[in-house]
Amino acid sequence: MTAKENRKKRIESSMRPGDTVLYSPLSNLSARNRLGRTWQLVFLSSTIIGILALTALLLNILDRSFGYVVLHAKVDPATFAVDGLPLEEQTKDQLVSLLETELSSGAFNKLNNEKSFEERSRAEVYALVIERLVKYEVEETWPLFESITNSGEIKAYAAQEYPGDKLTFISWLTADFISRPQSSEAVTAGIRTAILGSLWTILITILFAFPMGVGAAIYLEEYAADNWMNRVIRTNINNLAGVPSIIYGILGLAIFVRVLEKLTSGAVFGLVDPTTANGRTILSAGLTLGLLVLPVIIINAQEAIRAVPQSLRKASYGLGATRWQTVWSHVLPNALPGILTGTILAISRAIGETAPLVVVGASTAISMDPSSPFSKFTALPIQIYQWTARPQEEWRHLAAAAIVVLLALLLSLNAAAIFLRNRFARKY
Amino acid sequence: MTEINYVFETHGLNIFYGNFLAVADVNINIPRHKITAIIGPSGCGKSTLLRAFNRMNELVPDTHIHGEVLFEGQNLYEKSVDPVEVRYRIGMVFQKPNPFPKSIYENVAWAARIHGHKGNMDELVESSLRQAALWDEVKDILHSSGLAISGGQQQRLCIARAIAVKPEVILMDEPASALDPIATLKIEELMQELKQKYTIVIVTHNMQQAARVSDHTAMMMLNGGATRSGTVIEFDETNKIFTRPTDKRTEDYVTGRFG
Ligand SMILES: Nc1ncnc2c1ncn2[C@@H]1O[C@H](COP(=O)(O)OP(=O)(O)OP(=O)(O)O)[C@@H](O)[C@H]1O
Ligand SMILES: [Mg+2]
Repeated sequence: MTAKENRKKRIESSMRPGDTVLYSPLSNLSARNRLGRTWQLVFLSSTIIGILALTALLLNILDRSFGYVVLHAKVDPATFAVDGLPLEEQTKDQLVSLLETELSSGAFNKLNNEKSFEERSRAEVYALVIERLVKYEVEETWPLFESITNSGEIKAYAAQEYPGDKLTFISWLTADFISRPQSSEAVTAGIRTAILGSLWTILITILFAFPMGVGAAIYLEEYAADNWMNRVIRTNINNLAGVPSIIYGILGLAIFVRVLEKLTSGAVFGLVDPTTANGRTILSAGLTLGLLVLPVIIINAQEAIRAVPQSLRKASYGLGATRWQTVWSHVLPNALPGILTGTILAISRAIGETAPLVVVGASTAISMDPSSPFSKFTALPIQIYQWTARPQEEWRHLAAAAIVVLLALLLSLNAAAIFLRNRFARKY
Repeated sequence: MTEINYVFETHGLNIFYGNFLAVADVNINIPRHKITAIIGPSGCGKSTLLRAFNRMNELVPDTHIHGEVLFEGQNLYEKSVDPVEVRYRIGMVFQKPNPFPKSIYENVAWAARIHGHKGNMDELVESSLRQAALWDEVKDILHSSGLAISGGQQQRLCIARAIAVKPEVILMDEPASALDPIATLKIEELMQELKQKYTIVIVTHNMQQAARVSDHTAMMMLNGGATRSGTVIEFDETNKIFTRPTDKRTEDYVTGRFG
């Protein structure tokens, strides 16, 4: 049999019943189609692997964000019963007077000054009583899926091991968790300080890196001559984008924390006592992250600027526009959606960065909200990192809840940026 | 006072891309308020020569020229001359219509605005569009996109935009090559109108077009040397170029016996 006939046979055998194929005896179409299908499968499977990994991550986080806990009361709530009336059923006034008698007068007045008891609802006062007087502690925790599938056994186990303690199903992620400052008790710990720290830091990062990055990209693309020096600069910006983030942390420590301490601590502006000035501030962190994302922003902005058709520039110059008029009226508006996309990616990366912040001196034991760029700070990823490193199980549940918050923060920042991008996207 | 009859004079003009001499030794005078056509085979340097008249070549990296281009007696390539000013006075229309991705109105208005136009913008937009024979077609859609009209309309929009700047010369590089015969005819009629006020230099591949619209014609051709540089082999009144050319190569080209 000749090769030709062989091939013909193969084509016919690959046909399904009812197929009419127009083929030449020399056609290698079926082989080409087979190759195409093989690659399609490869691409499909890589997509599936990606989706599976992402799902596993999300499930893991959700698993830890909810579940049963055994809570042990330091002071038995029953001791606060009045005339046999348990805490849950007492009126707001009864609860307030309970607080007044049990707390020191200083502590009571401090609470009253934060928000007067008249303004507080019964639920709020009840929460205070639980937090300040009953003082629950976590004894043991279970993740979500085990709590669902194994609840009978868990209940029996808890009743036997922790008699008198309370077994409840809780969500580690609550409104209180988001709005409370850091605390040494898992039950009362919150991440407000960390969220505010992250937001402040990212704000500084954007304010620093966006104008700098876009400016540099404009210069490199529209102004810089194509000589060896500029080529070296361009190549090295690409290299900088690949430098590990911890190196930026070390750089930030050297420059912003040490050399520019007077500036980053706020001493220059007379905001702190120069003798105790400390450069480990939000400003240093924001600038360090700014340096980190700067190359990525520059590269993406360059890409976007380069994608603006040359014919637009020619049209503009042909009308006698200056370089600046051309850049401002045509290049930038047309490149802006692309620039914003690149910036979104870069900022997303910065929000989750941990290593450089550790080096620059993020603290975790901070319960004071940051109030200016010169505040000491902590940030969400730092808080998460620190919690996951603790031995007790409950902190890992809190870390999972904080991760959910971090992801939500990331998504909402991205959504805001995409909204902006679509508003600026070309209207014509 | 005697008027200078020539808008442009070139003296020993050589144009280089890097080391490559693309256009060699051009000496022509472009007369005022006339249409001058540049014709010749592909790759002989027509666009390159045209761009030398308003320094658009400088947008291509690594180009330089020897010789001089006098505009109203002033060498355009003198150090003291700002190319922005040159392009302001000498407008350009490109082969492919390239309106800005803005509204039709903005396309025209932006051009005027960057030069600090103070008067009534609506009037200027209208008169520019009228001069470009486009007003009647777009007067109701002034605020829709300049890209959402036909190719021929886009090209006339580009001409309107060039006029709005009030240049003295309009350079056109194959302005009708992407257009159908009717749109082409419109542009050609338009050029006859425009030449009352402006000097026009047009590059074209279309012999009939050159014969129909132009008063003078520059015939370009590769000079046949080892460098494969283009040069102007004959420059005269269009009439003469097409009926009694002195150069044999011109005769072959215009009668279609070239190559
Ligand atoms: N940017 C450039 N860099 C290098 N060489 C160029 C460049 N532009 C044009 N050339 C060369 O210069 C010569 C003349 O080009 P030009 O575009 O002026 O020809 P043309 O006569 O306009 O051709 P066409 O009729 O096809 O448009 C050609 O050999 C071309 O390869
Ligand atoms: Mg050309």
